[in-house]
Amino acid sequence: MSILILAEHDNASIKGATLNTVAAAKAIGGDITVLVAGEACGAAAEAAAKIEGVSKVLVADNAAYGHQLAENVSLLVAELGKDYGYILAPATTNGKNTLPRAAALLDVAQISEIISVESADTFKRPIYAGNVIATVQSSDAIKVITVRTTAFDAVAAEGGSASVEAVASAHDAGKSSYVREEVAKSDRPELTAAGIVVSGGRGMQNGDNFAMLYSLADKLGAAVGASRAAVDAGFVPNDMQVGQTGKIVAPGLYIAVGISGAIQHLAGMKDSKVIVAINKDEDAPIFQVADYGLVADLFDAVPELDSSL
Amino acid sequence: MKVLVAVKRVVDYNVKVRPKSDGTGVDLNNVKMAINPFCEIAIEEAVRLKEKGVVTEIVAVSIGAKVCQEQIRTALALGADRGILVETDVEVQPLAIAKLLKAVVDKEEPKMVILGKQAIDGDNNQTGQMLAALTGMSQGTFASEVVVEGDSVTVTREVDSGSQVVKLALPAVVTTDLRLNEPRYASLPNIMKAKKKPLDTMTPEELGVEVAPRVTTLKVEPPAERQAGIKVADVAELVDKLKNEAKVI
Repeated sequence: MSILILAEHDNASIKGATLNTVAAAKAIGGDITVLVAGEACGAAAEAAAKIEGVSKVLVADNAAYGHQLAENVSLLVAELGKDYGYILAPATTNGKNTLPRAAALLDVAQISEIISVESADTFKRPIYAGNVIATVQSSDAIKVITVRTTAFDAVAAEGGSASVEAVASAHDAGKSSYVREEVAKSDRPELTAAGIVVSGGRGMQNGDNFAMLYSLADKLGAAVGASRAAVDAGFVPNDMQVGQTGKIVAPGLYIAVGISGAIQHLAGMKDSKVIVAINKDEDAPIFQVADYGLVADLFDAVPELDSSL
Repeated sequence: MKVLVAVKRVVDYNVKVRPKSDGTGVDLNNVKMAINPFCEIAIEEAVRLKEKGVVTEIVAVSIGAKVCQEQIRTALALGADRGILVETDVEVQPLAIAKLLKAVVDKEEPKMVILGKQAIDGDNNQTGQMLAALTGMSQGTFASEVVVEGDSVTVTREVDSGSQVVKLALPAVVTTDLRLNEPRYASLPNIMKAKKKPLDTMTPEELGVEVAPRVTTLKVEPPAERQAGIKVADVAELVDKLKNEAKVI
C-alpha cells in the first residue's frame, strides 16, 4: 500500500515530528511519499529526500501554502491523497488543523494520535486523556491518521535518496489569510524534541520564578515546560504547556517542579523514561508516577540542585 | 448575526474512567455526565459576543441520545436562545457528527459555528475541521481570541510554536482552546428560564444523513501502569541517583 505523509517543516528544514511519522508509516509498511507543501520550501524538500525510508518527495511550492492555512493545504492533500491507501501527519497543531479537513473532503474518517500499528487497518490510540487505550479498526479505503510522535522512534534524517517531484496544483480557497505569528524565541531545545525537560507548575507562584527553571535547564541542556495551571495563571505562554491538550513529551528525563500531577498533565509526560518530582506536598499524585520523588520546598531544592550540577 | 454552538455530553472532567473488565468499552454506569469543558468555553464565547452586540441569536445543538437534552438545557441556562437535539442512539463518530451539523447549518444558516476543539472522551479533535470542510467554511481552530469585524473574524490560534493570527471570511468555524475565556456558572433564575426556552428534536433520517460508524473499537484496556519509584531524602541523593543509577545526567 502507498502512504502519503504531510511533512511538518518550516520551509527551510524538516521538523523532527516528520521523522516519527515516517517511522509510523514504516510500521504500516508500504511505499512512502512525503508531501512538502509550503512557500520557498526547496530546502525542506531536499531535506525530506534524505530521510531514511522515503521513496518520493512531492513539493508544492506556492504562496497559498506558505503559512499552512488548512483551507488551502487540505485541498491539496485531498487531491493528491485520493491515490494513496494512507495519509499520515504528525499530531502537531498543524497536522491536527489540516488533516481532519482533508479527511472530510475525501469522505473518510480520521484516526487521531495513534500510538501503535497493530495491522494494516488496526491501530491503538489513547482516549479519555490517556486513561484508556482503544484498539480501533478502520473500514475506510483511505486511512487518514495522525501520529503521536512520542510513540514512534524517529527514523534517521540522513541516508535516504528519494526522488523529488514538483506538484503544480495551487489551491487557494480564498477564505482565510495569515495575519501574524508570535513565535517564542528560545535558544533552548524544542520542548517536544528535548532529551531533558524541566517543567514548572502552580507551585512556581509567578512567572519570574521560572528563571530558576531556565537556569537549571541551561545547565542540563533541557527544554522548559509548564503545567496547565501555570499557563492558565499567566506565568508562562501557552506553547510551554505539557499535557492532554498541550504538548505530549517523552524525554529521557522529566523534572516536574511544583506540579501536583493532574490527569491532564500526566497524559502529556508519563511516557518519559525517568521522571523526577519535586513537590512539598508528599501526597501529590505526581509522586505516583515519579521514579525519584523529593518532598521539599522547591525554592530550596531547585537552587541547590542547580548549584550541585 | 446568528451563531451555532455544538455541545457534547461527556463524562464529567473530574471522573477517572476505567475500561470494563471484558474490554468492550468504558464503564459509564452511574458516572456523572456533563458538558464537555471545551464546549462550555464555546457557549461562553457566543454569549460574550451576544453581550457585545455582535451576535443576535445563539442556537445550541447536541447530537446523541435523548438525555443530551440535559446538556442543551445547561447551554440554554448559560445564555443560548434555543436548542436543537439530533436524536440518535447510534455511536456517532466525528465525520457523521460533522455531516449532521452541516445539515443543521444548511437549515439555520449561521454566520459562525463555535465548537470545542476536542471532547475529553474521544480526544479526537476533528469535528470542527470536518464541518468546515463539508460546509466550505474557513476555520479558526484552537482559538484563544475571537474578534468579529464586519464580514470577517480574526482568530488568534494556540499553535506549537506560540500563537498565530488568521483572518477568516464569514461564515466561519471556530474551535475553542482552553484560554479563550473562563465560562460562567448558570444562575438559578437562568436555569429556571432555560426550561421554557424552545428545544427542537430531529433525527439523522429526517436530516438525510448516514451515520454508520467507519471505525470499529475492537477493545479498550487500561494503559501500562508506571511503577511508582522511590522517595529520595535530599538533593544530594537525587543527583547521585540521576548520575549513577538512572544515568540520565
